[in-house]
Amino acid sequence: MAFVTDRKRAIGLGSARSGTEHHWQMTLSSYALLLLAPLFLIAWGPMLGAAHAEVLAHFARPFPAVITGLMVVVGFQHFRQGVQSAIEDYTHGQTRHLMIVAVACLSYGAMALGLFALVRLAL
Amino acid sequence: MADVNRGNRPLSPHLQIYSPQITSMSSILIRISGIGLIFGALMLVWWLVAAASGPEAFALADGVWTSPFGWLVQLGSVWALWYHALGGLRHLYWDAGGNMEIGFAEKLGWACVFGSFGLTAVTFVIAWIF
Repeated sequence: MAFVTDRKRAIGLGSARSGTEHHWQMTLSSYALLLLAPLFLIAWGPMLGAAHAEVLAHFARPFPAVITGLMVVVGFQHFRQGVQSAIEDYTHGQTRHLMIVAVACLSYGAMALGLFALVRLAL
Repeated sequence: MADVNRGNRPLSPHLQIYSPQITSMSSILIRISGIGLIFGALMLVWWLVAAASGPEAFALADGVWTSPFGWLVQLGSVWALWYHALGGLRHLYWDAGGNMEIGFAEKLGWACVFGSFGLTAVTFVIAWIF
């Protein structure tokens, strides 16, 4: 038997059962990406079509390496949470669970691969 | 309990009932552009991994990125990035208590559409100059 009142159980949770944490994290990463995305285009764009040696030298510098690293981490995190919202809007039950897990695997996998490559390029 | 009668209640009309409006379409497009960006993002990760692997792997990945197909990915991804950014900015503005009047919301929707095309053009012009 639960001794907590209905009101106490509901306070701060809402329909998502996790309060506003997901929305707040999306808000934070949105602000971050508004700054990071243009910086990333500046850091990465010039390297498309460049020579391999030039790319190695470029990502050994702090600005391109740090901006690309932040973009990979925050970008894939934002993607994972955004797609999770879309999945929760349109699917239910087992399908929902499996799809959320799949998107998490894809996002964190891509994030880790990107960071691994960046470390090898930068060091 | 509140959910005794689950089967016989009127449902609110969903997407297929309404005719397209700029407010709803510009909102749906945020989701489509965000999900679509995964393609360019995975190709970026491939490019980074290839660059870290060596000159031959890099030549292949960079060759795909600078091929006509790659240019299509660049164009689509840059547009999607700007559209998603402007659409997101609109949500941040509304979350902060911004103007939600229908007329203004419709103007913001069009601003996202035309703004994203404008910023895409600016991006490629800048990339072409430098």
